[in-house]
Amino acid sequence: MNRNGPLALAFHALVIAFMLAPLVVVCLVAFTPENTLTLPTTSFSLRWFRAVFEHPDFMQSFWNSLWLALGSATLATLLAVPAGLAITRYRFAGREFLNGLFLSPLIIPHLVLGVALLRLFALVGGSGSFGFLVFAHALIVTPYTLRLVVAALVGFDRSAEQAAASLGAGHFTVFRRITLPMILPGVTGGWMLAFINSFDEVTMSIFVTAPSTVTLPVRMYMYATESIDPLMAAVSALMVGVTALAMVLLDRVYGLDRVLVGRR
Amino acid sequence: MKSAPWWLSGPAALLFTGLLLVPLALTAVLSFNVYDPATGARAGEFTLAHYAMVFGDPYYHGIFWRTFRISALVALICVLVGAPEAYVLSRMRNPWRSAMLLVVLAPLLVSVVVRAFGWSMLLGPEGLVNAALGALGLGPFKLLYTETAVVIALVHVMLPFMVIPVWTSLQKLDPGIADAALSLNASPFTTLRRIVLPQVMPGILSGSLIVFGLAASSFAVPGLLGGRRLKMVATVVYDEYLHELNWPLGAAVALTLLAANLAVMLGWNRLVEGRYRRALG
Repeated sequence: MNRNGPLALAFHALVIAFMLAPLVVVCLVAFTPENTLTLPTTSFSLRWFRAVFEHPDFMQSFWNSLWLALGSATLATLLAVPAGLAITRYRFAGREFLNGLFLSPLIIPHLVLGVALLRLFALVGGSGSFGFLVFAHALIVTPYTLRLVVAALVGFDRSAEQAAASLGAGHFTVFRRITLPMILPGVTGGWMLAFINSFDEVTMSIFVTAPSTVTLPVRMYMYATESIDPLMAAVSALMVGVTALAMVLLDRVYGLDRVLVGRR
Repeated sequence: MKSAPWWLSGPAALLFTGLLLVPLALTAVLSFNVYDPATGARAGEFTLAHYAMVFGDPYYHGIFWRTFRISALVALICVLVGAPEAYVLSRMRNPWRSAMLLVVLAPLLVSVVVRAFGWSMLLGPEGLVNAALGALGLGPFKLLYTETAVVIALVHVMLPFMVIPVWTSLQKLDPGIADAALSLNASPFTTLRRIVLPQVMPGILSGSLIVFGLAASSFAVPGLLGGRRLKMVATVVYDEYLHELNWPLGAAVALTLLAANLAVMLGWNRLVEGRYRRALG
């Protein structure tokens, strides 16, 4: 295999710098002791992090986002595992349609989904309630979970299942004792990917949240359009921290390169 | 067990019917409803006025034209940066290769609001970019709240979506063919152009499709970096819904975006598939 020339490596260094620059700047500015968005030069301060934890709106939004991501990722997994089994194991009329339908939130702009759900929630009442939000987020994160579940079920050696069934195990026992443990990395990876995507989602949420259920990215978006101070940088740095933590976990459980590039 | 697939996929089908198909149909109906500034949308009274506005009014033409122009430009830049970057990455050795791939792709998982905010700090009048240009004796330039800022931040958000498909098609490539070309005295550039590029073309094309679609409907980046005057389709829809409260018009704009996006995707797909079917005989 050829080595990269100096020109190629210089180009690569520029791309890496470009990709990391906004994240690094956010994390550095969060430590400023000043009242303005400046890079800390002489001293570092945690005062803006303290300000975040004392800010009731941001804290409430953080808990909203956390519970929402936990709830919707779990719901999406509970829906995606049986749906993945149906799609990979059976040939039935409407299979292609269902597969396309379940993956369609990846293609339909979140803006359109937000507008459509706002209309529905306004008609049935209870707009912006937390329960509706869980279902709405489950809708947009199900495709991520489904893809990993289907990937785990395709190229799955069924001889262990057949052995269990021939020894008299019922359908559910086979699933619980054989199938589920074997696809567990895919299921857990899918749950985590769903969690991250729900936690980060802003475009759809901004249409369907009510003041008491505003999620953290929506709160940040609204805050940033009105005022710009280091508080926003501190919240952003915390978001980067939470995401980094989730990524490390995802890497341990499933392998980050497999999630991102889809290599098996 | 003929019914098994139905009750296995039933719960998910129920959710997708209730929260995707029904709301989309309701929104389609809403976009034809008469709008009354005093009471809002009037159920049961229908008009084509909103679509006439979207297709006839120069204001909306400008918005859609700007959105598609910016999205095409972002897709083009992502091809020019993302494809070579994927190629450079594929020629690295492990562990550098995996580590650098993660650095390029991991920002995908960080909220787009955080990334847009990071760029607003970098591109502001006091930001690092202007400071660096100032040190070179250039500027200061007004970058924030311009199309330049929106394009830069969108390229940052979309680049991973270009690197992933190109990387995937590079992995399928047989290095022996490139070596054969080199051993037959083809220059490295010729090898790249005649051997590698044609084989990763499907990856580049599907990547640019994803980038274009996502950029055309992007909301947070134009919202935070375009300011109040530089509107794209998504920010206009947001204004119609939450400031003007003209839901039928907002619905018409949103559905026009959806239709345009789907048309571009299907058209592009047919074009690409047709070309490759011919090329492969």
